Amino acid sequence: MSEAAIKSRAQQNAEELLPGNQNFTTITDDISGVPEAKNTPIWWWLAFGLALSLLSVFVGSLGYLIYEGTGIWGINSPVGWGWAIINFVWWVGIGHAGTLISAILHLFRQNWRNAINRFAETMTLFAVICALVFPGIHVGRIWVAYWFLPLPNQMAMWPNMRSPLIWDFFAVFTYFTVSLLFWYTGLIPDLATLRDRAKTKLKKKIYGFFALGWRGGNRQWQHYELAYLVLAGISTPLVLSVHSVVSSDFATSVIPGWHTTIFPPYFVAGAIYSGFGMVVTLTVIARKIYKLEHIFTIDHLDKMAQIMLLTGCIVGYSYAMEFFIAWYSGNPFEQYAFINRALGPYWWGYWAMIFCNVVVPQFYWFEKFRRHVPFLFITSILVNIGMWFERFVIVVITLHRDFLPGAWSMYHPTIWDVAIYLGTFGLFFTGFLLFLRFLPMASIAEVKLVLPESDPHHGGDH
Amino acid sequence: MKTYGIIARFDTTSDLLHAAEKIRDAGFKDFDCHSPFPVHGLDDAMGLKRTTLGYLIGAMGMTGALFGFGLQTWIHLIEYPMNISGKPFFAYPAYAIITFELMVLFSAFGAVFGMMYYNRIPRLHHPVFYSEKFSAVTSDAFYVSIESSDSKYDDNQTKDFLKKIGGKDIELLQDENE
Repeated sequence: MSEAAIKSRAQQNAEELLPGNQNFTTITDDISGVPEAKNTPIWWWLAFGLALSLLSVFVGSLGYLIYEGTGIWGINSPVGWGWAIINFVWWVGIGHAGTLISAILHLFRQNWRNAINRFAETMTLFAVICALVFPGIHVGRIWVAYWFLPLPNQMAMWPNMRSPLIWDFFAVFTYFTVSLLFWYTGLIPDLATLRDRAKTKLKKKIYGFFALGWRGGNRQWQHYELAYLVLAGISTPLVLSVHSVVSSDFATSVIPGWHTTIFPPYFVAGAIYSGFGMVVTLTVIARKIYKLEHIFTIDHLDKMAQIMLLTGCIVGYSYAMEFFIAWYSGNPFEQYAFINRALGPYWWGYWAMIFCNVVVPQFYWFEKFRRHVPFLFITSILVNIGMWFERFVIVVITLHRDFLPGAWSMYHPTIWDVAIYLGTFGLFFTGFLLFLRFLPMASIAEVKLVLPESDPHHGGDH
Repeated sequence: MKTYGIIARFDTTSDLLHAAEKIRDAGFKDFDCHSPFPVHGLDDAMGLKRTTLGYLIGAMGMTGALFGFGLQTWIHLIEYPMNISGKPFFAYPAYAIITFELMVLFSAFGAVFGMMYYNRIPRLHHPVFYSEKFSAVTSDAFYVSIESSDSKYDDNQTKDFLKKIGGKDIELLQDENE
């Protein structure tokens, strides 16, 4: 057989991930064309207006919270942890997919991630900002929130380093900082591309400033690639640690339903599951609106759905295992906590969770559903609704009926709980829309690595 | 004004790789290969040694871990030993998380700022930016630059050499800063 008839694996790979006749030039043009466009699309202004309105709801309700205190929330005895922690865990979890895509898939040399990693990392950044809001504001007197930090002070007061709550603070803060550094490092070569293509002086100056004078020399790439690899290497255990530490907030307590060793892996799987849901939701919208279906292909969506299937099954297994262990433990409080989840007054929360997290991903076994964009879009939103309910189940249902029936009570969120939660969407989408408008939404440099031409040994001349 | 050096364009990654090998074999030291993305195999083709950045990151990670463990031990054992729910003062298993987080944090700073130090960036002005055509290097062009500081460098000879190994759009660049 002639050599031309045999396609290399790299070529097959490129045909799936970058369909059509794409080359280095078209990739640059297509991706940087979005931030370079002169006219901002009308839908962008509409979405931005909506995001800003939600952001003002956020700022307003936050102001009232600071003025009045956490009494405006629905928390009370016995449910002392309400929407604030639910939303915190939910947003941090969403962030996890970004790091999984950018770090873990990089280490596994999954080059299909090159198209979606920038997108997912940006999602991580803003999701973690939204998450960090909640531990910041739930303390009540937020002007002393810096007491989280181990700072020398005249009261000789130090944080309790043996408490999982302070571990959590360190974990999420490190996670945010490392995600930001990772995101920015990946952005440097692309900022240089935008600098070199900039038409106006101001744009050239701004992009040029942030590109740090990148020249694309191999003497620079050499150190850059190592730094990027190490960042991926340290982000991998980091991302697994973050949600494990979040889960220890619950698991180190003595509350039935929380005091379990399955929590860390179960939380991590759930986090990745919800994060991929969010990436799919955002990708489906962006690829359609910016006509980048040849960069974010159906193949990418298919692969993300496969990861949702895997993590969804892990989550489903964890739900089953929790019930099994509750029965096996022989502890009546533990057993009651789980029967109460499924059949108690909040049964609807539990079954909403089961439907969205266990039933819905089963459709992803079939290629037909994985590649059906509208179906994928709707189910990806259901995934995140389900994951919100999971945290609701864990926090509210567990707390509202504890050891003594005399202490039992129902939990009722107030309008301010809802306002602050909706407000974080304003914060998230304001940031995300600004990113879409001004920065390349896929990594220009890394997408090119998918093309076989990027490898000097392709074509067998060596 | 001083001459900075010469740049020459190549069409493909494999052309760039072969050019790098020839320049290396001709004995040049102060040269660089510019590309829109990292090109596999260029380090060897250019005769570059493995970067020592990894050691710096390792040292930073160790520092972070020691700092994290030391901080927690100092707070609970020396500065203000306080009995909280009967937990031991030197509860080293409980210190593992923050020790780990600070190790990661310090390593990340080491990786990013170490990379910037090794690459000598930020450096917003550089003679290669004076070339109009060179700006395509961040999109689809591959360039070789040979600096005049190299002992083998000579305006005309180096130009001919680059032409011989297949370089196009050869340009002589001035260093306007000097």
